[in-house]
Amino acid sequence: MPAAPLPLNPDPLLNAPITPELVKRHGLLPEEYAVIGRTLDRTPTLTELGIFSVMWSEHCSYKNTRPLLKGFPTEKRGPTAAFGRVLVKAGEENAGIIDIGDGWAIAFKIESHNHPSAVEPFEGAATGVGGIIRDIFTMGARPVLLTNSLRFGELTSPATKRLLRGVVAGIAHYGNCVGVPTVGGDVYFDACYEGNPLVNALCLGTLRHDQIRRGAATGLGNPVYYVGAATGRDGLGGAAFASKELSQESAGDRPAVQKGDPFMEKLLIEACLEMMAVPGLVVGIQDMGAAGLTCSTCETASRGGSGIEIELDQVPQRETGMNSYEIMLSESQERMLVIVPLGREREIEAVFAKWDLHAALVGHVTATGRMVVKHHGITVADIPAGALTDAAPVYQREAREGAAPILARAWTPAAAAVPDLDGPGAQAALPRLLGHPTIASKRWIYRQYDHMVQHGTAVGPGSDAAVVRLRLGAGEKFIAISNDCNGRYCYLNPHRGALIAMVECLRNVVCSGATPLAMTDNLNFGNPYKPENFHQLRECVRGLAEACRFFDVPVVGGNVSLYNESPEGAIDPTPTVAIVGLIEDEAHITRQFVGAAGERLILLGGAPHELGGSQFLGLIHGLKTGDAPAVDLPGEKRLQDFLLAQIKAARVRAAHDLSEGGLLVAVAEMLFVPPVADGAAPPVFGASLDLAILGAVPRRDALLFGESQGRVVLAVAPADAAPVMAAAAAAGVAAAELGGVTTDPVLAVRSGAWAVRWPVGELRRAWETTIEEAMKRPGLG
Amino acid sequence: MGGAGMKIAVLQFPGSNCDQDAFQLFGGGLGLPTRYVWHKDTSLGETDLVVVPGGFSYGDYLRCGAIARFSPIMRAVQAYADRGGLVFGICNGFQILCEAGLLPGALIRNASLEFRCLTCALRVEDSTPSFNPRVLGPVIHIPIAHGEGNYRIDEAGRARLEANRQVLLRYVDNPNGALADIAGVRNERGNVFGMMPHPERAAERFHPSQDGLAVARAVLATRFPGLLRQTA
Repeated sequence: MPAAPLPLNPDPLLNAPITPELVKRHGLLPEEYAVIGRTLDRTPTLTELGIFSVMWSEHCSYKNTRPLLKGFPTEKRGPTAAFGRVLVKAGEENAGIIDIGDGWAIAFKIESHNHPSAVEPFEGAATGVGGIIRDIFTMGARPVLLTNSLRFGELTSPATKRLLRGVVAGIAHYGNCVGVPTVGGDVYFDACYEGNPLVNALCLGTLRHDQIRRGAATGLGNPVYYVGAATGRDGLGGAAFASKELSQESAGDRPAVQKGDPFMEKLLIEACLEMMAVPGLVVGIQDMGAAGLTCSTCETASRGGSGIEIELDQVPQRETGMNSYEIMLSESQERMLVIVPLGREREIEAVFAKWDLHAALVGHVTATGRMVVKHHGITVADIPAGALTDAAPVYQREAREGAAPILARAWTPAAAAVPDLDGPGAQAALPRLLGHPTIASKRWIYRQYDHMVQHGTAVGPGSDAAVVRLRLGAGEKFIAISNDCNGRYCYLNPHRGALIAMVECLRNVVCSGATPLAMTDNLNFGNPYKPENFHQLRECVRGLAEACRFFDVPVVGGNVSLYNESPEGAIDPTPTVAIVGLIEDEAHITRQFVGAAGERLILLGGAPHELGGSQFLGLIHGLKTGDAPAVDLPGEKRLQDFLLAQIKAARVRAAHDLSEGGLLVAVAEMLFVPPVADGAAPPVFGASLDLAILGAVPRRDALLFGESQGRVVLAVAPADAAPVMAAAAAAGVAAAELGGVTTDPVLAVRSGAWAVRWPVGELRRAWETTIEEAMKRPGLG
Repeated sequence: MGGAGMKIAVLQFPGSNCDQDAFQLFGGGLGLPTRYVWHKDTSLGETDLVVVPGGFSYGDYLRCGAIARFSPIMRAVQAYADRGGLVFGICNGFQILCEAGLLPGALIRNASLEFRCLTCALRVEDSTPSFNPRVLGPVIHIPIAHGEGNYRIDEAGRARLEANRQVLLRYVDNPNGALADIAGVRNERGNVFGMMPHPERAAERFHPSQDGLAVARAVLATRFPGLLRQTA
């Protein structure tokens, strides 16, 4: 005999019969609906259907990716060092936590807000920042930095300009107001993101080991508090919205985009940290992010092995007449769920009263294992908490590589009759590459972000990695952070592309003088039901996991964003990687900019020789072809270990890795030393390189602009050149002294009889002005 | 001895986000006894300088500082300034002091309509015996970070500012459209100071400069001239 049905909902609208059409509109498959019926042993109410639909959406359940993600290493293999141990593993809580030594730790995570940003760029990006900040302070950490990873269509399109302007303003609006500096990021412009931009935001916070808080509801009878902003109808079903493809009708989903209030978030950060500082006051805490009140109640109950009962009448509401479906599915921002010990109600209420925030007693912890929701005293949902979280369906999708990438990968320059570069060709190519918005200066973007608040920014946006001083009690430590992913490589060769995302991000962190600690990833892909997309996803995850294991860099958490498609098709697979490293001594902080004429420029890793997937092929020849550059993991490790050792030996004045645009772009960027103040004349340097030292190369274009991996250019003092070269030979790292830094503001490159010269000022203008010019608004200063 | 034992009070509005940085500038950088004063308090306690820090006081969705001026603590700040007490507003603090009428002028949205965070070169004006190019040097480098730093004042007000040498700093390369490149001003009496640039972001060894420490000292030296001799 089935279980008795629940009583009628106080809102007659919610008593409508559940039809197959209604199930479909909730994004649930008929077989999933059947599982719900079996789990409850009765027909679900409409409120329950809504609850299942958001919890079993890809965004919350990872139903299509969970088996893949199991391949990620989540712990450090060892040997146990003075720092780097994983304290909270990926998937356990809202964010992972890594030991940085001396009793201190960092919590960090990246998360996407792609779909909301596509529909409503300002609010979408703003609430993306707000959401990731809550993931961090809910762990007990004080948020100390933000970065972001953005992808847009080509900047020539008016739609891209509108999106870029809105996204950047949204990130600035939120991050600047809450007072967490946006210290870095990466931005690519490529036609594949037209109509489906990517907005991934990362937050990092600091805490002592004893300050770690968990999102578990324990202790029978303990009160459950709702704190923060009141609930409205905004963001209804946002998690489900994030789990479908964008279409022409997506603009009609605007109510599914939440609205952010960074001032409220600032109050919430301070109040929560103050509350968590009271010994024993917090039993469990979780933010209400995707799927809002639903997710926070069932997840805390599930983690605690307990149950939760709440009464929606007690939920602060900013609109009248909201029904149980709306309250449970609302994604109103800046709200948290807190469980405190019975009898300590006054203490939590006092903290939130000080900050003029709601702290409403909405329910209590039970031992039933069920999530029970009442409205006006009537039970409107009664579900086993574990059924929503751990029992969510898991699928192994079909994977089959698409024909187009196979064909593109097989391309070689000889086959396509792309003539090698002559002098004039090289002359023209460099400024064009430097002027492409993917490579060009991102100053227009980061000058809108407060990247200095909390006054710890030692290296801000615009170098290989950002470096931030963490103030930890009476002490301090420096960390480096970088994020990266070249989607074009991942399109051509998903496994290699993912390896490259990892090794390049590691290289950036090492270039700044840091030892890599851990990684967080944001998997941005297309619809997983299409076999070619699932193939990309599977291969990229395999690549990331392989590199993580090889470098012993654990994954501490991340986010999956699927269905990134516009009517034109799926985006290039974009498994964005963010890596944090620890700088053991302030003296090791290294930038990418040369410091003085006479410094010697040394290329590590050998002559670049691959053209495939390069920015050069795309921009100059209009080709998105060839295989992604090869990755040699042991060689890469040797290079990075050697580089860090040289930095620690104080022999490196500047280090910059080769990435988009290759060798000459890297050298040019090293010469673009930032001025001491905005508008002031920057220090002007040139460089003279003789590439004949690299020996005969098959193609000049590949040497100058190819994107072979495992390459770094160093600037060293003249006296250090010989010791660095000797050490490189001893370490088995290829090194070539290409030339030196000059006072003559010219980049002069020759190889035998072949020679090209570029005035550095002209290169710098091409690089500096692209985005600014494109985004200019007539009549504004 | 000039300045020894000076006590600093840093106001905390709920949306202040440079309060800890300001605290560090005076408490850490200058090593002075520094404490916070909560916006709901009605008295400042014993203090030699009130710092109104940067941030977004009450969210500032309306107009920066428009609500903060009505907060309980601002009544105490008003009375303190009226008695000749030293007050220093930074960024949002400058906006609040203008809204409260403690400083002349107003700050409106940047001409670009965008937030700006960058390091500015600032020309030091000959304003007071302690705040002038002889003490600070002709040009200093301090970061700004604001969306509403476009200084405005009517013509008569501007004339009074210039005649009384109330302009403290001017942008070398104007980032926000401010009238006459004005980055910071003082009141006529010379006890209330305000500026958009953040001296607390030019104080640590890895900052773009350490000119912020000198600026903080120059403000304090209004009351304690010995401070300048100490560090000269």
